[in-house]
Amino acid sequence: MTFNAPKWLALSCLIPLAAHAATDLTLISFGGSNKDAQVKAYYGPFQKTSGVHLVTGEYNGEMAKIKAMVEAGNIGWDVVEVETPELIRGCDEGLFEKLDWSQIGNKKDFVPAAVSQCGAGIFVWSTALTYNAAKLKGTPTGWKDFWDLKKFPGKRGLRKGAKYTLEFALLADGVKPADVYKVLATKAGVDRAFKKLDQIKPAIQWWDAGAQPAQFLASGDVVMSSAYNGRIALAQKDGNKNLKIVWGGSIYDVDSWAIVKGSPKKAEALKYIAFASKPQYQKIYSENIAYGPTNVKALPLLSKAVQADLPTAAANIKNAMALNVQFWVDNGEELEQRFNAWAAK
Amino acid sequence: MSDMSPAVLLTNTGVPMKAQLRRIERVSQLKSLALILPLLLFLIVTFMLPIAAMLRQSVSNPEVVRVMPATLQALKHWNGKTMPDEATSRALLSDLTRAGGDGYALAAAGKRLNMEIAGYRSLVMKTVRHLPEERAAPSARAALLTVDDRWGDPAYWHAIARNASPTTPFYLLASLDHNVNDQGEVVHSEPDRAIYLDVFARTFGMSLVVTLVCVLLGFPVAYLLATLPTRKSNLLMILVLLPFWTSVLVRVAAWIVLLQSGGLINSALIGLGLTREPLELVFNRTGVYISMVHILLPFMILPIYSVMRGISPSYMRAAISLGSHPILSFWRVYFPQTVAGLAAGGLLVFILSIGYYITPALLGGPKDQMVSYFVAFYTNTTVNWGMATSLGTLLLLATLILYAVYNRLIGANRLQLG
Repeated sequence: MTFNAPKWLALSCLIPLAAHAATDLTLISFGGSNKDAQVKAYYGPFQKTSGVHLVTGEYNGEMAKIKAMVEAGNIGWDVVEVETPELIRGCDEGLFEKLDWSQIGNKKDFVPAAVSQCGAGIFVWSTALTYNAAKLKGTPTGWKDFWDLKKFPGKRGLRKGAKYTLEFALLADGVKPADVYKVLATKAGVDRAFKKLDQIKPAIQWWDAGAQPAQFLASGDVVMSSAYNGRIALAQKDGNKNLKIVWGGSIYDVDSWAIVKGSPKKAEALKYIAFASKPQYQKIYSENIAYGPTNVKALPLLSKAVQADLPTAAANIKNAMALNVQFWVDNGEELEQRFNAWAAK
Repeated sequence: MSDMSPAVLLTNTGVPMKAQLRRIERVSQLKSLALILPLLLFLIVTFMLPIAAMLRQSVSNPEVVRVMPATLQALKHWNGKTMPDEATSRALLSDLTRAGGDGYALAAAGKRLNMEIAGYRSLVMKTVRHLPEERAAPSARAALLTVDDRWGDPAYWHAIARNASPTTPFYLLASLDHNVNDQGEVVHSEPDRAIYLDVFARTFGMSLVVTLVCVLLGFPVAYLLATLPTRKSNLLMILVLLPFWTSVLVRVAAWIVLLQSGGLINSALIGLGLTREPLELVFNRTGVYISMVHILLPFMILPIYSVMRGISPSYMRAAISLGSHPILSFWRVYFPQTVAGLAAGGLLVFILSIGYYITPALLGGPKDQMVSYFVAFYTNTTVNWGMATSLGTLLLLATLILYAVYNRLIGANRLQLG
């Protein structure tokens, strides 16, 4: 007897998905306040104007489910929100459909990172140093201060994983933003980053979900944390005025829409992506959460106050750096493994 | 007597009794088999096949063989010290040209080679992208070196050569912190990448602690349950079972609320003046132990209780009336009779513990994660199912060994699960 091992594994986790209605477009995004903003800006208006019914859901960016669907040929999701490294890898591995950009819009209207073979950018987001001003004496100005346990005593929050953590460690060690990935590409550079992390290891409280840093900061569990800028902006809006963002040394990236390979609703999916790439809807999105629009034509539609909080604002992006996606596609697995080994010791 | 025919008992239809009986027995056997057939099929489809698939996946290695057959053939005659000859390079170019049409297979091979050397994925992709301009080149070797000088490094060719077989010990070795080097020897992984032996040791260590604490806490409770009058013991039983019926996730979330630095327990301790600073009870080993013991305690109490219920109180009475000290008689008369329940509870709690995922993930720090965390990590985050399944295979193996040891020491037929 011969059977296809991945297919059996895939099938056993797909049985609950079999009840997928044929007429709906299934749209999966990262949940929380990001999704709330998407509902207002995209889902609602799209359902009204197109008449296509949307079924929405949430996930944490794991490619396993998508891989299982594609391998089993039972596609339950049509459009998914993905981060760039997963987008590039998934595109190479044939998990996503190639997009017909002529139906989405003029490529020149988008920030360069938003345009790729399989993905159309939704928004620009940033991971930045944030702190609780009420719990600190003085004002931290960058990652060097994050590492300074004497001047700023207290616990620190960082996202559990090698990505971002290693970059921040090198920035704290005095590496210029432009050289971070050059240094990180060498074994000595990786050693240097981990050695730097050793200095504050006992003071680190790791976080997984995007909502955690704001909670940790507000409750006083940590005094400084890396965090997604949009979550902190929302917490500020909700009355946590003491939470502040340091834009210098922040790292920005794009989240994209992608269509799962073999989706039976490819035409509708593409229609949705084209819709969500229009400036007038991206404007509503950025008004609801402080992430920058990918369509540059949306920027002038936004008020000065909203623009000032976006990662794409001139003052904010000046000392920021872009995530080097190709670096993480190549080295992600090895560095994450080493990170796991380091964190577990 | 002597003139009677050889004794063949016949039924009233003339069929020999023996055959008839055998037939009836066979029919009833078939009937009972038919009754359990749905369950059997269910088990095969949902349990046996996935496990077989898991075992297979943990050694399966088809990616490179599928994309680079000609290269692998050519590499058989390679000296292994310098960049391979023109024919091998030509074979690689033609393999990549052929595979270029099948993006899925190519990416899978790239991903597999990237596990051997970081950056290999983009090297393969880059080479494929440059193929059209290099195909006409007179020397394939020179063409490869023009695209990227990494092709001049024998390590990259060794990585291909290591994957000549559709099955590999790579993942299983990696799960035990070992790998095969360029000389073909099995060596210990570099210290900054070695992690799994520690994780396995930690998994068993933590499970052992949880099991022992469960024994210490569960035994007296079970004894109380078994000796109290029925009405009182029923009430107590509900208290034991109530958390048992609550979702694990709810209980874990409740423990976070109780144990965090501003939580109920710390506020109470500070309010009573017992400590000044809040104790660190959560996001570390303490929190994991507290919650795991709480969740697993019923699995210890119930088997012990069911065994204790069957022990007649007259043994103890007899021992005491014959002059034995109550404590000694408990130890020498009562306790030995509870060992089967104790062992069953211990085995159950230990085996459940080594597969724990959600509790350490939510209540522990990075130093408290068990093997299942890494299975989930490889399944979901990096989509490296080879590593996920081989860690799972080793965990399964450990469980089977444990069961065999138990069987040897106590005997499976004495297992009483309540």
